[in-house]
Amino acid sequence: MSTLPTREHGLHLLSEMLRVRCFEDRCAELYSAGKIRGFLHLYNGEEGVAVGVMQSLRPEDAIAGTYREHGHAIARGVPMRTLMAELYGKLEGCCRGRGGSMHIFDRSRRFFGGNAIVGGCLPLSVGLALGEQLTGRNAIVACFFGEGAVAEGEFHESVNLAALWRLPVFFVCENNYYAMGTALSRSEAETNLVAKLSSYRVRAESVDGMDVLAVEDRARELIQYVRGERVPAFLEARTYRFRAHSMYDPQLYRSKTEVKEWEGKGPIIGLTQRLKAAGLMSEEDFIELQRAANAEVDDAVAFAEQGALEPLQELTRFVYAEQTA
Amino acid sequence: MSALPSTAQAMTYREALRQGIRSVLLTRPDVFLIGEDIGKYGGCFAVTKGLLEEFGEQRIRDAPLSESAFVGAGIGAALAGMRPVVEIMTVNFSLLALDQILNTAATLSHMSGGQFAVPLIIRMATGAGRQVAAQHSHSLEGWYSHIPGLRIVTPATIDDAAGMLRAALEFLDPVIIFEHMNLYNMQGELTADAGRVDIEHAAVRRAGRDISLISYGASLFKCLSAAEQLAARGIEAEVIDLRVLRPLDEQTFLDSVRKTHRALVVDEGWRSVGLSAEIGMRIMESAFYDLDAPVERICGVEVPMPYARHMEEAALPQVPQIVAAAAAMVKHVG
Repeated sequence: MSTLPTREHGLHLLSEMLRVRCFEDRCAELYSAGKIRGFLHLYNGEEGVAVGVMQSLRPEDAIAGTYREHGHAIARGVPMRTLMAELYGKLEGCCRGRGGSMHIFDRSRRFFGGNAIVGGCLPLSVGLALGEQLTGRNAIVACFFGEGAVAEGEFHESVNLAALWRLPVFFVCENNYYAMGTALSRSEAETNLVAKLSSYRVRAESVDGMDVLAVEDRARELIQYVRGERVPAFLEARTYRFRAHSMYDPQLYRSKTEVKEWEGKGPIIGLTQRLKAAGLMSEEDFIELQRAANAEVDDAVAFAEQGALEPLQELTRFVYAEQTA
Repeated sequence: MSALPSTAQAMTYREALRQGIRSVLLTRPDVFLIGEDIGKYGGCFAVTKGLLEEFGEQRIRDAPLSESAFVGAGIGAALAGMRPVVEIMTVNFSLLALDQILNTAATLSHMSGGQFAVPLIIRMATGAGRQVAAQHSHSLEGWYSHIPGLRIVTPATIDDAAGMLRAALEFLDPVIIFEHMNLYNMQGELTADAGRVDIEHAAVRRAGRDISLISYGASLFKCLSAAEQLAARGIEAEVIDLRVLRPLDEQTFLDSVRKTHRALVVDEGWRSVGLSAEIGMRIMESAFYDLDAPVERICGVEVPMPYARHMEEAALPQVPQIVAAAAAMVKHVG
């Protein structure tokens, strides 16, 4: 059982997770209303992982993730306005509306996406860490990916290279048990993910991703290890996505009962219950946090609605860098 | 190329490449190399021989056989402020890294709204002619030239081999340098007053008035040989070395075609749906009324490269073919 936080920190963690949850729920509505288009992969149920890990990352650390990255972006501090404007395809979005949901980038926060290719961000993370090593800087790289990426050759190449060259990459595997519609047991001969890391001599642990305090605790220790030893580490966070893979997914591959069961043990419910039981939080506190989160999302939506579209004549801008070396 | 004073240096294309690499390693601490067998082995084609001993393991990194990971590592290091030069042993193996090259390196700048540039340089050996068969004989530079966001250069001369890497460093875009493997042993001279080579323009390697031979890489020299033979028959061919396949310097070959009114493209890549089609189309778009004959092309036959020597020769552009085609075109009355 993870240790209880202070009231202040407990409320902070809950607030962060609620911000993500409210944002994601709103995205689902906006998608149905046609405001957000293309592919949308929502993070409901997994908030504990991004929020838990983010507590131990510093501004100078680099973060790379997947197409299910809204939660990571929000927890990292990317403003909701910028994020929502991007989802709306507006010029005020973090990528001028060019990226959309799967390609969130924020240079000032060292947030490197946002990658639509499963496994695509792993080699990039290795390179960012190599950059840290070669420039003698001290930051680390947090690389988020799903358990589906473990099947890709890129996972194995990247973990091996990070271990071989002693690079400070913190590999965080968000195991939500389904790679789109394929259960882990149907795609991996060895489903014990931590066991795979021993073949690369990389320190690895597994944690209950639904317990944000446990995630925070294990991530803190492993991040400290990566930061100090300048070698990679791996954390599997066992979690579950409450919503479909994307807005197009009819979820034929899992039962409604299974989903309901997991919803009952989600990270927000979990922390709320623990804080209340310990007398650290009241129902009023919760309602206020939820209200504040929704207000922030409302503001972001209003901002996005007002946003401009990138002028068409700028279409070919930034194919090449506008500055030279 | 002009007659050279004694200050010119004789060297092979391989040596020119090495000199270029070494000179940037010496002057730029942010440059480092990653590649398979570039260090202890000295480089598959001996281009990087001696560099590990001189610059050490941190800067000359032998990589495991993980093209995707080490190209991605190069991308990440470039994002982190370094100037990595990644060698993919040959274009044939680059397919393993294609996702990183296309979906990240080429795409990141535009996709992020200009937040990130990827100043990564990739060197690859390319081409056929040594009977190394189907999986080792590709010329995919035309294919790569299809991708927005990349700069594709094809040094053919000694000066370009020595100078294009430094020129590439002046850009913050991903640059792929294609080195035809048949050129590594080529002897030539580094002009002492070579000056700065650019990676934005094609070059007229031989002036002429009767037909424009448009080519790049190893095929350039086939065109130059053909031009000599054509001259003996009273046909003066202008030979253009494209040098940069993306972005194409169309101005140079359009100006040439406006002068000669005939164009023959020679490209080792497979004939259909490739670079020669692009060049032909550009000529049609912008110089149609200057043509006295249709644009023609001599390209790789559309087969996986066979091993047997006579078959391989038949599958690639050859000098007699170029001569015959050019002569027929010049004879053609429109």
